[in-house]
Amino acid sequence: MGGEFAPVRTLVVRCADWPVLVSGARPDEPVAVIRANRVVACSPAARRDGVHEGQRRREAQGRCPALVVIEPDEARDARVFEQVVQVVEAFAPRIEITRPGRCAVPTRGPSRYFGGDEVLAHRIAEQVYAVLAGKGWPGAATVGVADGPFAADLAAEFARQPVPARTPPKCEAKPTPDVAKASNFEGGGGVVVVPPGASEEFLAPFPLEVLGRGALADPVALVDVLGRLGLRTLADVAGLPAADVLARFGLEGRAAHRLARGLDERPPDTRLPPPMVRVEAVLEPPAERVDTAAFVAKSLADELHARLESLGLACTRVGILAETEHGESLERLWRHEGTLSPGAIADRVRWQLDGWLNGSAAHRPTSGISLLALIPDEVVGATGRQLGFWGGETARDDRAGRAFARVQGLLGPDAVTVPEPRGGRGPGEQIDRVPVHAVDLSESRWSSGPVHGRRDPAAPWPGRLPPPSPAIVHPQPMACDVVGPDGEMVRVSGRGLADTVPTGLRVAGGACVEVVAWAGPWPADERWWDPPTHRRRARLQVVTADGWARLLMVEGGRWWIEATYD
Amino acid sequence: MAAVINPTSLAEVVQVTRPLLLARDRMVPVLPALSGLMPDGGLPRGAMVGVGLGAGSGADAHAGATSVALALAAGPSAAGSWVAVVGRPDLGLAAAAEVGVDLDRLALVAEPAPEGWAAVVAALIGAVDVVLVAPHHPVRMADARRLAARARERGTVLIQVGAGGTGGRGRSTRAGGSAGLELDLRLTVVAAEWQGVGSGHGYLQARRLTVEAGGRRRAARPRRAELWVPDLQGRVTACDPGRNTAYAGSDIDRLVPPLQEVS
Repeated sequence: MGGEFAPVRTLVVRCADWPVLVSGARPDEPVAVIRANRVVACSPAARRDGVHEGQRRREAQGRCPALVVIEPDEARDARVFEQVVQVVEAFAPRIEITRPGRCAVPTRGPSRYFGGDEVLAHRIAEQVYAVLAGKGWPGAATVGVADGPFAADLAAEFARQPVPARTPPKCEAKPTPDVAKASNFEGGGGVVVVPPGASEEFLAPFPLEVLGRGALADPVALVDVLGRLGLRTLADVAGLPAADVLARFGLEGRAAHRLARGLDERPPDTRLPPPMVRVEAVLEPPAERVDTAAFVAKSLADELHARLESLGLACTRVGILAETEHGESLERLWRHEGTLSPGAIADRVRWQLDGWLNGSAAHRPTSGISLLALIPDEVVGATGRQLGFWGGETARDDRAGRAFARVQGLLGPDAVTVPEPRGGRGPGEQIDRVPVHAVDLSESRWSSGPVHGRRDPAAPWPGRLPPPSPAIVHPQPMACDVVGPDGEMVRVSGRGLADTVPTGLRVAGGACVEVVAWAGPWPADERWWDPPTHRRRARLQVVTADGWARLLMVEGGRWWIEATYD
Repeated sequence: MAAVINPTSLAEVVQVTRPLLLARDRMVPVLPALSGLMPDGGLPRGAMVGVGLGAGSGADAHAGATSVALALAAGPSAAGSWVAVVGRPDLGLAAAAEVGVDLDRLALVAEPAPEGWAAVVAALIGAVDVVLVAPHHPVRMADARRLAARARERGTVLIQVGAGGTGGRGRSTRAGGSAGLELDLRLTVVAAEWQGVGSGHGYLQARRLTVEAGGRRRAARPRRAELWVPDLQGRVTACDPGRNTAYAGSDIDRLVPPLQEVS
C-alpha cells in the first residue's frame, strides 16, 4: 500500500433489524419501526413483502397491509444491546458502540490469543448467536473482520446478504467447521474474514452508496457527484489518482478515496490527539438508580462539551467510565457518525447506565455507582457541522414538538400540520400541509433537494403568478360573477384573452362591486397529457372599489374567487 | 481562584445581577418597519395583540390584517422562534414566507371546538413564542384572563387576527373586545392601496398600508405608520413620507419583471 499505514484490524458485530428484534417481535411477523414517517428498521417478513428502510409509512402499509408499526425506542435498544456487548467483551477489550445493534472491537491482541481472526470471529459469533437465540432471532447477527471499521462493517453486512450483482471474487464466507457447527449459521450467512491487506480488493465491487457509512460530512452530495461522473463502484473511485481527488473534491473527497482504498479515512498523522480533558463526578451517596446517575451525566456532558468547545474541538468518540463502591470499573466507548452534542452524550450515558444497572445478574455491578467520568477518546476540529447541534435551537424544537404532541392528543393526530414545499402554479399549490408527526422538526424542509414523486418546487412552473402571494387562500373557492360594462359575464377565450373589460365583481349573488384595476387573464393549461386530471384555467387579479384585491379563476366558463390579498 | 472578568462576561454579570427586570425589557424582536408602532419600539413578551379587529368603526374593514399579523410574527420567527397558528385554514403560506416567517418553524393547528379552544391555545403558550389565533366564537372572560396570565408568565405573544376577506359571507368584523381577549395592543389598517396593477396590464406588486396602533397602558398613545406590505422587493418596509409610489425615483421598466410566458 505504498508506505501507507494499514488501518487497525477491526471486528464488527452487526445485529440486523435490531430495533425490531428488541421490540419482542418474531422474525416471521411483519413489523416495522417508523420514525418521522419513514421506516428505520423492519423484520425479515416485512422485507419479503417489499418493505424497506427509508420507505414512507403509507407506502410500507400498502405493500404489507398486516404490518405492525412500532415506535422507535433508542433507550430500550441500547439497554438490550448491552447483553450482546458484554458477550463480546469477554473476548476483547475496548469495545466501541456506534449505535445499538452495531459494535466494533480492535482484534490484534485477541486474535493472536485465540489463534487467528477466523477463530476469534467464529467464537464471538457463536456466543452472540446464543444470546440472540434466546430472543428467538438466532440468525440475526453477523460478524466481519477486516482492516479498518469501514471494511469490517461491510464485511459483516456482506455476511448476511451478499451483494447481488457483483460478488466479491475471493473473499467469500469461509465456514470453518472445526470451530462452530455450520448449522448455527443458517439464515445468517455467518462470518466474513477479509485477509489482512485485502480490504481494497474486498471493497472494490461495492456500490458508491456504501460511502455514506463512513464518517463523511455530506456523503449524499459527494456520492451523487461521483455517480454523475460515471463512477459506479468503490473500485472506480479507488482507481483515481489520490492527488487529483484531493485537488478536485478536497478533504471530503480524500476521505472517500481513502475509504475506497481500504484505508482509514484520515491519515494517522493528521489526527488530533485527544486533549487531556476528563470530566468526572463523584456520586455521594452512590447512585443505585439510572435516573439519579443520568441526572449527573447531563451536567457532565454539558461540561465536557463546553470544555472541548473552548479548545475548538468536537468529540466523535466518547469513553464512558463508571466505578462502583466495590471497586468495579466499567468502561465503554460510544462513537457517533457526526459529532456528539451534549444531549447526545447524555443520552448515551443514560443508555449505558441503563444497560449496566438493569442488566443480567451476572454482569450487573454489585453496588451503586460512585464515580462517573467522560473521556473524549477521539476528537475532530469543531467546524460548521456543529451548528445543528447547538443546544438552544434543539431545545426550542423539542419544546415545540412536545406541545404539538399534546395538541394532537387533544384534537387528533392530523390537527397539527407543518408546511412543506411543493411545486405548482396556483397560490395554494406551492406549499402543502403535512401532519407534524410525519416530519423531523429539527431538520429544514426547505434545504432538502427534490423528492421523488413530489412536485418539484425548483422546477420553472410557467404560468405561476409572481409574488406577492395572497395571504388568504380559500380552501373552497367562492363562486362569483365577473361582469363587463354591459352587464354580461366576462368570458376568457381559448387563446387566453378576455372578451371584454371586467368592471364589476359580484360574490355569490351579493351586491356588485366596481372593479377599479385588473390584470390578466393568465391561462394555465395543466396536465393536458392526462385527461382525468387535466385542468384548463385562467387567473385574473382584480382590485375592487372597497379596497380588496382578489385572485379570480375561471374554469369551464365559471368564475371563482381563489384567493384574497389580505 | 480569582475569576478573570472579560467584557462579555461582565455584561452577562450585569444582566444576572440586575435587581429588577421590567416587563418592557423582555421583548421579542419585530421587523424594523413595525417598531414605530410598538409602545417601546418592540413587542413585549406576553402581550396580547389584536390585528384588524376594527376598533369601533367595524363597518369599513380594510384588507391587510392578515399580512400585518404575519409581518408581526416574522420578526420573532426570523430570530429563531416558533410560530403557531390556531384556526385559519385559509392562511396563504407562500405569503407568510414572503413577509419573512420561517416556514420551518411554523405550525398550523386546526380550529378546535369552542369548548376546547382555550385548552389548545394554553398548551401552545410557553412552547412557542408567537401564537396567532382567530377564534370563531366569543372567548369566555375566564378563559381570556387565564390565557393572558399564562402568556405573561411564559412570555408568549398572542396575536388575534381579525376577519379575513371572506367577501360578504362568513365572518364579519367584530367590534373590538367582544371576542373576549383583553388586548394590550391593537393594530388597525385604516387605508390600503395596491400599486403595479392597471386596467388590464401589470400585476399586483406593492401595497401601501396605513396602520394605526392603539391599546392600553403603555400602548395607549395612538401611533400611525405608513408601510409597504410588501414593497417591490417583497419586504415589509416603512414608507418614505415623500414617496407616494413604490416606483418613485426608479426605472420602472427595469423594476417590473416580465411575466412568464405560458407554455
